[in-house]
Amino acid sequence: MISINNLHKAFGKNKVLQGIDLSFEGAGITAILGPNGSGKTTLIKCILGMVYPDKGDIQLGGQSIRHEWAYRDQLDYLPQIARFPENLTVLELFSLVKDLRKRTASGEELVELFGLKPFLNKRLSNLSGGTRQKVNIVQAMMFDSPLVIMDEPTAGLDPVAMIRLKEIIRREKERGKTILITTHLMNFVEEVADDVVFILEGKIHFKGSLSALKAQYGEAQLEQAIAHILEGKDPKIPNRFSSIC
Amino acid sequence: MSYQTETIMNKILKYSFFDLVRSRWIYIYCAFYLLFTFSLLWLSSDLSKVVISLMNVMLVLVPLIASMFSIMYFYNSREFTELLLAQPLKRSHIFIGQYLGVAGSLSLSLIIGISIPFLLYGIIGSAEIWNYFTLVIIGIFLSFIFSAIAFFIALRHENRIKGFGLTILVWLFFAVIYDGFFLLGLVFFNEYPLENFTLAASFFNPIDLSRILILLKLDISALMGFTGAVFRKLLGSGLGMSLAYLSLALWVIIPIWGIRRVALRKDF
Repeated sequence: MISINNLHKAFGKNKVLQGIDLSFEGAGITAILGPNGSGKTTLIKCILGMVYPDKGDIQLGGQSIRHEWAYRDQLDYLPQIARFPENLTVLELFSLVKDLRKRTASGEELVELFGLKPFLNKRLSNLSGGTRQKVNIVQAMMFDSPLVIMDEPTAGLDPVAMIRLKEIIRREKERGKTILITTHLMNFVEEVADDVVFILEGKIHFKGSLSALKAQYGEAQLEQAIAHILEGKDPKIPNRFSSIC
Repeated sequence: MSYQTETIMNKILKYSFFDLVRSRWIYIYCAFYLLFTFSLLWLSSDLSKVVISLMNVMLVLVPLIASMFSIMYFYNSREFTELLLAQPLKRSHIFIGQYLGVAGSLSLSLIIGISIPFLLYGIIGSAEIWNYFTLVIIGIFLSFIFSAIAFFIALRHENRIKGFGLTILVWLFFAVIYDGFFLLGLVFFNEYPLENFTLAASFFNPIDLSRILILLKLDISALMGFTGAVFRKLLGSGLGMSLAYLSLALWVIIPIWGIRRVALRKDF
Protein backbone atom coordinates (compact mmCIF):
# COMPACT_ATOMS: atom_id res chain seq x y z
CA MET A 1 0.00 0.00 0.00
CA ILE A 2 2.99 2.28 0.47
CA SER A 3 6.03 2.46 -1.76
CA ILE A 4 9.08 4.66 -1.35
CA ASN A 5 11.34 5.18 -4.35
CA ASN A 6 14.89 6.49 -4.26
CA LEU A 7 14.28 8.90 -1.39
CA HIS A 8 16.95 11.52 -0.74
CA LYS A 9 17.01 14.20 1.92
CA ALA A 10 19.77 16.45 3.14
CA PHE A 11 19.63 19.06 5.90
CA GLY A 12 22.36 21.40 4.79
CA LYS A 13 25.49 19.29 4.34
CA ASN A 14 24.11 16.46 6.42
CA LYS A 15 22.81 13.81 4.01
CA VAL A 16 20.22 12.09 6.15
CA LEU A 17 18.57 9.86 3.56
CA GLN A 18 20.57 8.60 0.61
CA GLY A 19 18.39 6.63 -1.73
CA ILE A 20 15.82 4.72 0.30
CA ASP A 21 13.72 2.15 -1.58
CA LEU A 22 11.05 0.41 0.43
CA SER A 23 7.57 -0.90 0.05
CA PHE A 24 5.09 -2.24 2.54
CA GLU A 25 2.13 -4.29 1.51
CA GLY A 26 -0.73 -5.78 3.47
CA ALA A 27 -0.90 -6.76 7.11
CA GLY A 28 2.34 -6.93 8.99
CA ILE A 29 4.55 -5.31 11.60
CA THR A 30 7.83 -3.87 10.39
CA ALA A 31 10.43 -2.61 12.82
CA ILE A 32 12.61 0.18 11.46
CA LEU A 33 15.94 -0.09 13.26
CA GLY A 34 19.14 1.86 13.17
CA PRO A 35 21.45 3.78 15.46
CA ASN A 36 20.65 7.34 16.54
CA GLY A 37 20.81 9.75 13.64
CA SER A 38 20.54 7.05 11.00
CA GLY A 39 17.51 8.68 9.40
CA LYS A 40 14.59 6.68 10.86
CA THR A 41 12.61 9.65 12.08
CA THR A 42 13.33 11.60 8.88
CA LEU A 43 12.01 8.68 6.85
CA ILE A 44 8.83 8.62 8.93
CA LYS A 45 8.45 12.36 8.64
CA CYS A 46 8.75 12.08 4.87
CA ILE A 47 5.91 9.57 4.85
CA LEU A 48 3.87 11.93 7.00
CA GLY A 49 4.59 14.87 4.74
CA MET A 50 6.27 16.82 7.53
CA VAL A 51 9.58 16.79 5.68
CA TYR A 52 9.74 17.27 1.94
CA PRO A 53 12.29 14.97 0.28
CA ASP A 54 14.88 16.49 -2.07
CA LYS A 55 14.61 13.63 -4.52
CA GLY A 56 12.45 10.57 -4.90
CA ASP A 57 8.82 9.87 -4.36
CA ILE A 58 6.47 8.26 -1.88
CA GLN A 59 3.26 6.71 -3.09
CA LEU A 60 0.33 5.66 -0.98
CA GLY A 61 -2.15 3.45 -2.78
CA GLY A 62 -0.56 4.37 -6.11
CA GLN A 63 -0.81 8.13 -5.56
CA SER A 64 2.10 10.44 -4.90
CA ILE A 65 1.82 12.20 -1.54
CA ARG A 66 3.93 15.21 -2.48
CA HIS A 67 2.30 18.37 -1.10
CA GLU A 68 -0.90 16.45 -0.47
CA TRP A 69 -2.65 16.34 2.87
CA ALA A 70 -5.89 14.38 2.58
CA TYR A 71 -4.02 11.03 2.40
CA ARG A 72 -3.08 11.39 6.07
CA ASP A 73 -6.60 10.28 6.84
CA GLN A 74 -5.31 6.81 5.93
CA LEU A 75 -2.66 6.72 8.65
CA ASP A 76 -2.29 6.91 12.40
CA TYR A 77 0.86 8.42 13.83
CA LEU A 78 2.31 8.08 17.29
CA PRO A 79 4.87 10.87 17.74
CA GLN A 80 8.12 10.33 19.57
CA ILE A 81 7.70 12.87 22.35
CA ALA A 82 4.33 13.00 24.03
CA ARG A 83 3.74 16.68 24.60
CA PHE A 84 0.37 18.29 24.12
CA PRO A 85 -1.23 21.67 24.86
CA GLU A 86 -0.66 21.98 28.58
CA ASN A 87 -3.98 23.42 29.56
CA LEU A 88 -6.22 20.90 27.84
CA THR A 89 -7.58 17.92 29.73
CA VAL A 90 -7.05 14.40 28.43
CA LEU A 91 -10.67 14.13 27.35
CA GLU A 92 -10.48 17.44 25.51
CA LEU A 93 -7.38 16.29 23.67
CA PHE A 94 -9.16 13.12 22.56
CA SER A 95 -12.18 15.03 21.38
CA LEU A 96 -9.93 17.51 19.58
CA VAL A 97 -8.21 14.75 17.63
CA LYS A 98 -11.55 13.05 16.91
CA ASP A 99 -12.97 16.35 15.85
CA LEU A 100 -10.13 16.94 13.40
CA ARG A 101 -10.14 13.46 11.95
CA LYS A 102 -13.88 13.00 11.40
CA ARG A 103 -13.43 9.25 11.67
CA THR A 104 -15.17 6.73 13.84
CA ALA A 105 -13.02 6.29 16.89
CA SER A 106 -12.99 3.63 19.60
CA GLY A 107 -11.22 5.48 22.36
CA GLU A 108 -13.15 4.08 25.34
CA GLU A 109 -11.76 0.60 24.99
CA LEU A 110 -8.16 1.84 24.86
CA VAL A 111 -8.75 4.16 27.80
CA GLU A 112 -10.01 1.15 29.76
CA LEU A 113 -7.07 -0.98 28.67
CA PHE A 114 -4.49 1.54 29.88
CA GLY A 115 -6.45 2.48 32.99
CA LEU A 116 -6.64 6.12 31.96
CA LYS A 117 -10.15 6.69 33.30
CA PRO A 118 -9.08 8.53 36.48
CA PHE A 119 -6.98 10.88 34.38
CA LEU A 120 -9.59 11.87 31.79
CA ASN A 121 -10.43 15.18 33.42
CA LYS A 122 -6.89 16.04 34.47
CA ARG A 123 -4.84 18.58 32.61
CA LEU A 124 -2.11 17.19 30.41
CA SER A 125 0.52 19.30 32.18
CA ASN A 126 -0.16 17.42 35.41
CA LEU A 127 0.44 13.95 34.00
CA SER A 128 3.60 11.89 34.46
CA GLY A 129 5.73 10.95 31.47
CA GLY A 130 4.43 7.40 31.30
CA THR A 131 0.80 8.45 31.56
CA ARG A 132 1.34 10.98 28.81
CA GLN A 133 2.76 8.26 26.62
CA LYS A 134 -0.38 6.20 27.29
CA VAL A 135 -2.49 9.18 26.26
CA ASN A 136 -0.27 9.48 23.20
CA ILE A 137 -0.90 5.85 22.29
CA VAL A 138 -4.66 6.19 22.74
CA GLN A 139 -4.88 9.33 20.62
CA ALA A 140 -2.97 7.61 17.82
CA MET A 141 -4.61 4.19 17.96
CA MET A 142 -8.25 5.09 18.42
CA PHE A 143 -8.82 5.42 14.69
CA ASP A 144 -9.13 2.50 12.39
CA SER A 145 -6.62 3.54 9.73
CA PRO A 146 -4.95 0.98 7.45
CA LEU A 147 -1.43 2.34 8.11
CA VAL A 148 -0.03 2.86 11.61
CA ILE A 149 3.32 4.55 12.27
CA MET A 150 4.78 4.47 15.78
CA ASP A 151 7.92 6.39 16.65
CA GLU A 152 9.40 4.97 19.87
CA PRO A 153 6.09 3.77 21.32
CA THR A 154 7.70 2.18 24.38
CA ALA A 155 9.19 5.35 25.85
CA GLY A 156 8.44 5.62 29.56
CA LEU A 157 5.94 2.77 29.74
CA ASP A 158 5.72 0.52 32.78
CA PRO A 159 5.76 -3.30 32.27
CA VAL A 160 1.97 -3.63 32.42
CA ALA A 161 1.45 -0.90 29.85
CA MET A 162 4.13 -2.51 27.73
CA ILE A 163 2.15 -5.79 27.69
CA ARG A 164 -0.99 -3.88 26.73
CA LEU A 165 0.86 -2.11 23.95
CA LYS A 166 2.06 -5.40 22.50
CA GLU A 167 -1.51 -6.76 22.66
CA ILE A 168 -2.79 -3.72 20.81
CA ILE A 169 -0.14 -3.94 18.13
CA ARG A 170 -0.81 -7.63 17.52
CA ARG A 171 -4.55 -7.05 17.44
CA GLU A 172 -4.20 -4.25 14.92
CA LYS A 173 -2.10 -6.50 12.73
CA GLU A 174 -4.81 -9.15 12.82
CA ARG A 175 -7.20 -6.51 11.58
CA GLY A 176 -5.07 -6.31 8.47
CA LYS A 177 -3.08 -3.16 9.18
CA THR A 178 0.37 -2.22 8.01
CA ILE A 179 2.33 -1.15 11.10
CA LEU A 180 5.72 0.57 11.14
CA ILE A 181 7.57 0.88 14.45
CA THR A 182 10.88 2.46 15.34
CA THR A 183 12.44 1.42 18.62
CA HIS A 184 15.74 0.73 20.30
CA LEU A 185 14.40 -2.16 22.38
CA MET A 186 15.48 -5.35 20.69
CA ASN A 187 13.34 -7.61 22.91
CA PHE A 188 10.33 -5.62 21.84
CA VAL A 189 11.23 -6.10 18.19
CA GLU A 190 11.72 -9.84 18.66
CA GLU A 191 8.36 -10.16 20.33
CA VAL A 192 6.20 -8.20 17.92
CA ALA A 193 7.88 -7.61 14.57
CA ASP A 194 7.53 -9.75 11.46
CA ASP A 195 9.97 -7.82 9.32
CA VAL A 196 12.98 -5.67 10.02
CA VAL A 197 14.40 -2.78 8.07
CA PHE A 198 17.85 -1.71 9.17
CA ILE A 199 18.94 1.78 8.22
CA LEU A 200 22.49 3.03 8.59
CA GLU A 201 23.66 6.46 7.46
CA GLY A 202 20.61 6.98 5.33
CA LYS A 203 20.83 3.73 3.43
CA ILE A 204 19.02 0.46 3.88
CA HIS A 205 21.41 -2.27 4.98
CA PHE A 206 18.92 -5.01 5.58
CA LYS A 207 15.31 -5.62 4.74
CA GLY A 208 13.59 -8.91 5.36
CA SER A 209 11.99 -11.08 7.96
CA LEU A 210 13.29 -11.31 11.50
CA SER A 211 14.30 -14.93 11.04
CA ALA A 212 16.08 -14.17 7.76
CA LEU A 213 18.17 -11.55 9.55
CA LYS A 214 19.19 -13.97 12.27
CA ALA A 215 19.87 -16.73 9.76
CA GLN A 216 21.99 -14.49 7.55
CA TYR A 217 24.37 -13.74 10.38
CA GLY A 218 24.06 -17.11 12.09
CA GLU A 219 22.92 -15.62 15.37
CA ALA A 220 20.05 -16.61 17.60
CA GLN A 221 19.80 -13.15 19.13
CA LEU A 222 18.65 -10.11 17.21
CA GLU A 223 21.07 -7.91 19.15
CA GLN A 224 23.99 -9.99 17.96
CA ALA A 225 22.81 -9.89 14.36
CA ILE A 226 22.46 -6.11 14.53
CA ALA A 227 25.92 -5.84 16.04
CA HIS A 228 27.21 -7.82 13.08
CA ILE A 229 25.71 -5.36 10.64
CA LEU A 230 27.22 -2.46 12.56
CA GLU A 231 30.61 -4.12 12.65
CA GLY A 232 30.42 -4.68 8.94
CA LYS A 233 30.97 -8.46 9.00
CA ASP A 234 28.66 -8.89 6.06
CA PRO A 235 30.77 -8.98 2.88
CA LYS A 236 28.28 -6.66 1.14
CA ILE A 237 29.01 -3.89 3.58
CA PRO A 238 32.47 -2.30 3.67
CA ASN A 239 34.15 -2.55 7.03
CA ARG A 240 33.90 0.90 8.48
CA PHE A 241 36.50 0.30 11.15
CA SER A 242 39.18 -1.36 9.05
CA SER A 243 40.67 1.94 7.98
CA ILE A 244 41.12 3.00 11.58
CA CYS A 245 42.91 -0.15 12.70
CA MET B 1 -14.90 21.02 0.49
CA SER B 2 -13.99 24.60 1.10
CA TYR B 3 -16.64 24.78 3.79
CA GLN B 4 -15.13 21.75 5.45
CA THR B 5 -11.55 23.05 5.46
CA GLU B 6 -12.78 26.36 6.75
CA THR B 7 -14.33 24.69 9.78
CA ILE B 8 -11.11 22.77 10.42
CA MET B 9 -9.22 26.03 10.71
CA ASN B 10 -11.89 27.25 13.09
CA LYS B 11 -11.44 24.13 15.19
CA ILE B 12 -7.69 24.67 15.54
CA LEU B 13 -8.40 28.29 16.37
CA LYS B 14 -10.94 27.22 18.96
CA TYR B 15 -8.61 24.76 20.68
CA SER B 16 -5.63 27.13 20.73
CA PHE B 17 -7.98 29.70 22.14
CA PHE B 18 -9.31 27.41 24.89
CA ASP B 19 -5.80 26.26 25.67
CA LEU B 20 -4.69 29.87 26.16
CA VAL B 21 -7.79 31.10 27.92
CA ARG B 22 -6.85 28.71 30.70
CA SER B 23 -3.28 29.85 30.96
CA ARG B 24 -2.35 31.95 33.96
CA TRP B 25 -0.53 34.57 31.93
CA ILE B 26 -3.52 35.63 29.93
CA TYR B 27 -5.31 36.41 33.21
CA ILE B 28 -2.35 38.34 34.54
CA TYR B 29 -2.34 40.34 31.32
CA CYS B 30 -6.05 41.02 31.66
CA ALA B 31 -5.76 41.86 35.36
CA PHE B 32 -3.00 44.35 34.64
CA TYR B 33 -5.22 46.30 32.26
CA LEU B 34 -8.12 46.11 34.68
CA LEU B 35 -6.06 47.53 37.52
CA PHE B 36 -4.30 50.08 35.38
CA THR B 37 -7.45 51.42 33.76
CA PHE B 38 -9.29 51.50 37.10
CA SER B 39 -6.53 53.43 38.76
CA LEU B 40 -6.27 55.89 35.86
CA LEU B 41 -10.00 56.51 36.00
CA TRP B 42 -9.81 56.90 39.75
CA LEU B 43 -6.92 59.37 39.56
CA SER B 44 -8.33 61.56 36.83
CA SER B 45 -11.81 62.52 35.88
CA ASP B 46 -10.74 63.84 32.49
CA LEU B 47 -11.50 60.94 30.16
CA SER B 48 -9.34 62.11 27.28
CA LYS B 49 -6.34 62.27 29.64
CA VAL B 50 -7.10 58.72 30.72
CA VAL B 51 -7.28 57.64 27.08
CA ILE B 52 -3.92 59.26 26.36
CA SER B 53 -2.18 57.69 29.37
CA LEU B 54 -3.64 54.34 28.49
CA MET B 55 -2.55 54.80 24.90
CA ASN B 56 1.03 55.54 25.89
CA VAL B 57 1.20 52.36 27.92
CA MET B 58 -0.61 50.27 25.33
CA LEU B 59 1.60 51.37 22.45
CA VAL B 60 4.60 49.91 24.24
CA LEU B 61 3.08 47.03 26.13
CA VAL B 62 0.67 45.49 23.60
CA PRO B 63 3.35 44.89 20.94
CA LEU B 64 5.80 43.58 23.54
CA ILE B 65 3.39 41.15 25.18
CA ALA B 66 1.88 40.06 21.88
CA SER B 67 5.33 39.26 20.44
CA MET B 68 6.62 37.48 23.52
CA PHE B 69 3.44 35.54 24.17
CA SER B 70 3.12 34.40 20.57
CA ILE B 71 6.69 33.27 20.20
CA MET B 72 6.53 31.42 23.52
CA TYR B 73 3.31 29.76 22.51
CA PHE B 74 4.73 28.72 19.18
CA TYR B 75 7.90 27.20 20.60
CA ASN B 76 6.08 25.52 23.48
CA SER B 77 3.48 23.90 21.28
CA ARG B 78 5.97 22.48 18.82
CA GLU B 79 5.23 18.86 19.63
CA PHE B 80 1.53 19.48 19.43
CA THR B 81 2.04 21.17 16.08
CA GLU B 82 3.81 18.03 14.93
CA LEU B 83 0.82 16.03 16.01
CA LEU B 84 -1.45 18.31 14.03
CA LEU B 85 0.85 18.06 11.01
CA ALA B 86 0.34 14.30 11.03
CA GLN B 87 -3.43 14.74 10.80
CA PRO B 88 -5.22 15.16 7.51
CA LEU B 89 -5.04 18.94 7.69
CA LYS B 90 -3.63 21.63 5.47
CA ARG B 91 -0.48 23.25 6.81
CA SER B 92 -1.70 26.77 6.27
CA HIS B 93 -4.83 26.01 8.30
CA ILE B 94 -2.79 24.68 11.22
CA PHE B 95 -0.57 27.74 11.54
CA ILE B 96 -3.09 30.41 10.71
CA GLY B 97 -5.57 28.71 13.04
CA GLN B 98 -3.03 28.76 15.88
CA TYR B 99 -2.10 32.35 15.14
CA LEU B 100 -5.71 33.49 15.21
CA GLY B 101 -6.19 31.62 18.49
CA VAL B 102 -3.25 33.40 20.14
CA ALA B 103 -3.96 36.85 18.72
CA GLY B 104 -7.67 36.41 19.48
CA SER B 105 -7.17 35.49 23.12
CA LEU B 106 -4.67 38.33 23.64
CA SER B 107 -7.13 40.76 22.11
CA LEU B 108 -9.96 39.44 24.22
CA SER B 109 -8.09 39.88 27.49
CA LEU B 110 -7.15 43.40 26.41
CA ILE B 111 -10.75 44.23 25.52
CA ILE B 112 -12.04 42.88 28.84
CA GLY B 113 -9.29 44.58 30.83
CA ILE B 114 -10.01 47.98 29.35
CA SER B 115 -13.74 47.76 28.85
CA ILE B 116 -14.92 46.77 32.31
CA PRO B 117 -13.54 49.90 34.02
CA PHE B 118 -14.77 52.15 31.22
CA LEU B 119 -18.23 50.59 31.23
CA LEU B 120 -18.51 50.92 35.01
CA TYR B 121 -17.40 54.51 34.65
CA GLY B 122 -20.29 55.07 32.28
CA ILE B 123 -18.56 55.41 28.93
CA ILE B 124 -21.79 54.56 27.10
CA GLY B 125 -23.58 57.75 26.30
CA SER B 126 -20.50 59.83 27.02
CA ALA B 127 -18.86 61.91 24.33
CA GLU B 128 -15.63 59.97 24.79
CA ILE B 129 -17.06 56.68 23.58
CA TRP B 130 -15.43 56.94 20.16
CA ASN B 131 -12.03 57.61 21.66
CA TYR B 132 -12.45 54.52 23.77
CA PHE B 133 -13.42 52.52 20.68
CA THR B 134 -10.39 53.76 18.77
CA LEU B 135 -8.20 52.70 21.67
CA VAL B 136 -9.67 49.20 21.69
CA ILE B 137 -9.43 48.82 17.91
CA ILE B 138 -5.79 49.94 17.95
CA GLY B 139 -5.09 47.44 20.73
CA ILE B 140 -6.59 44.65 18.64
CA PHE B 141 -4.65 45.70 15.55
CA LEU B 142 -1.35 45.82 17.44
CA SER B 143 -1.99 42.40 18.99
CA PHE B 144 -2.68 40.87 15.60
CA ILE B 145 0.27 42.60 13.92
CA PHE B 146 2.96 41.73 16.46
CA SER B 147 1.59 38.26 17.03
CA ALA B 148 1.83 37.63 13.27
CA ILE B 149 5.38 38.96 13.11
CA ALA B 150 6.38 36.73 16.04
CA PHE B 151 4.81 33.67 14.40
CA PHE B 152 6.63 34.46 11.20
CA ILE B 153 9.97 34.73 13.03
CA ALA B 154 9.31 31.56 15.00
CA LEU B 155 8.55 29.64 11.81
CA ARG B 156 11.74 30.90 10.20
CA HIS B 157 13.99 30.13 13.16
CA GLU B 158 14.28 26.74 14.74
CA ASN B 159 16.70 28.14 17.32
CA ARG B 160 14.65 29.55 20.18
CA ILE B 161 17.25 31.99 21.40
CA LYS B 162 17.62 33.43 17.92
CA GLY B 163 13.83 33.61 17.58
CA PHE B 164 13.40 35.36 20.91
CA GLY B 165 16.25 37.74 20.21
CA LEU B 166 14.89 38.71 16.82
CA THR B 167 11.39 39.23 18.17
CA ILE B 168 12.64 41.52 20.93
CA LEU B 169 14.75 43.35 18.37
CA VAL B 170 11.75 43.88 16.09
CA TRP B 171 9.76 45.23 19.03
CA LEU B 172 12.62 47.46 20.14
CA PHE B 173 13.04 48.71 16.60
CA PHE B 174 9.42 49.76 16.16
CA ALA B 175 8.88 50.99 19.72
CA VAL B 176 12.13 52.90 20.27
CA ILE B 177 14.82 52.80 17.61
CA TYR B 178 12.62 53.78 14.68
CA ASP B 179 11.55 57.02 16.31
CA GLY B 180 15.15 57.77 17.20
CA PHE B 181 16.32 57.44 13.62
CA PHE B 182 13.29 59.35 12.52
CA LEU B 183 14.13 62.30 14.76
CA LEU B 184 17.78 62.18 13.80
CA GLY B 185 16.75 62.35 10.16
CA LEU B 186 14.54 65.33 10.87
CA VAL B 187 17.36 67.14 12.66
CA PHE B 188 19.93 66.45 9.96
CA PHE B 189 17.73 67.35 7.03
CA ASN B 190 15.73 70.12 8.61
CA GLU B 191 16.50 72.47 5.75
CA TYR B 192 14.59 70.31 3.29
CA PRO B 193 10.86 69.88 2.96
CA LEU B 194 10.28 66.67 4.88
CA GLU B 195 6.49 66.41 4.95
CA ASN B 196 6.19 63.66 2.37
CA PHE B 197 9.10 61.73 3.83
CA THR B 198 7.61 61.94 7.31
CA LEU B 199 4.27 60.86 6.06
CA ALA B 200 5.68 57.89 4.18
CA ALA B 201 7.95 56.90 7.07
CA SER B 202 5.14 56.67 9.58
CA PHE B 203 3.30 54.15 7.43
CA PHE B 204 6.23 51.79 7.91
CA ASN B 205 5.85 51.66 11.67
CA PRO B 206 2.58 50.23 13.02
CA ILE B 207 3.20 51.74 16.46
CA ASP B 208 3.63 55.25 15.06
CA LEU B 209 0.62 54.72 12.89
CA SER B 210 -1.47 53.72 15.89
CA ARG B 211 -0.32 56.75 17.85
CA ILE B 212 -1.27 59.06 15.00
CA LEU B 213 -4.66 57.42 14.69
CA ILE B 214 -5.54 57.93 18.33
CA LEU B 215 -4.23 61.47 18.40
CA LEU B 216 -6.13 62.36 15.23
CA LYS B 217 -9.21 60.95 16.85
CA LEU B 218 -8.63 62.83 20.10
CA ASP B 219 -7.88 65.97 18.15
CA ILE B 220 -5.17 67.18 20.51
CA SER B 221 -2.75 69.08 18.33
CA ALA B 222 -0.35 69.86 21.19
CA LEU B 223 0.37 66.19 21.61
CA MET B 224 0.41 65.26 17.98
CA GLY B 225 4.04 65.94 17.33
CA PHE B 226 5.49 66.55 13.93
CA THR B 227 4.15 63.42 12.28
CA GLY B 228 0.63 63.93 13.45
CA ALA B 229 0.63 67.54 12.39
CA VAL B 230 1.83 66.60 8.93
CA PHE B 231 -0.76 63.90 8.73
CA ARG B 232 -3.43 66.34 9.65
CA LYS B 233 -2.28 68.98 7.25
CA LEU B 234 -1.75 66.78 4.24
CA LEU B 235 -4.57 64.34 4.52
CA GLY B 236 -7.26 65.85 6.63
CA SER B 237 -8.69 63.75 9.42
CA GLY B 238 -11.07 61.56 7.44
CA LEU B 239 -8.78 60.48 4.62
CA GLY B 240 -5.77 60.28 6.96
CA MET B 241 -7.60 57.92 9.25
CA SER B 242 -8.87 55.65 6.52
CA LEU B 243 -5.39 55.43 5.02
CA ALA B 244 -3.91 54.67 8.43
CA TYR B 245 -6.47 51.92 9.08
CA LEU B 246 -5.83 50.51 5.65
CA SER B 247 -2.10 50.30 6.22
CA LEU B 248 -2.63 48.77 9.67
CA ALA B 249 -4.69 46.11 7.92
CA LEU B 250 -1.81 45.59 5.48
CA TRP B 251 0.50 45.22 8.48
CA VAL B 252 -1.65 42.28 9.55
CA ILE B 253 -2.10 40.76 6.10
CA ILE B 254 1.54 40.81 4.97
CA PRO B 255 2.98 38.81 7.92
CA ILE B 256 0.07 36.35 7.65
CA TRP B 257 0.95 35.88 4.00
CA GLY B 258 4.55 35.31 5.14
CA ILE B 259 3.42 32.71 7.71
CA ARG B 260 1.54 30.86 5.00
CA ARG B 261 4.47 30.95 2.61
CA VAL B 262 7.03 29.69 5.13
CA ALA B 263 4.66 27.07 6.52
CA LEU B 264 4.11 25.54 3.10
CA ARG B 265 7.83 25.04 2.45
CA LYS B 266 9.26 24.19 5.83
CA ASP B 267 10.51 20.80 7.02
CA PHE B 268 9.39 19.88 10.53
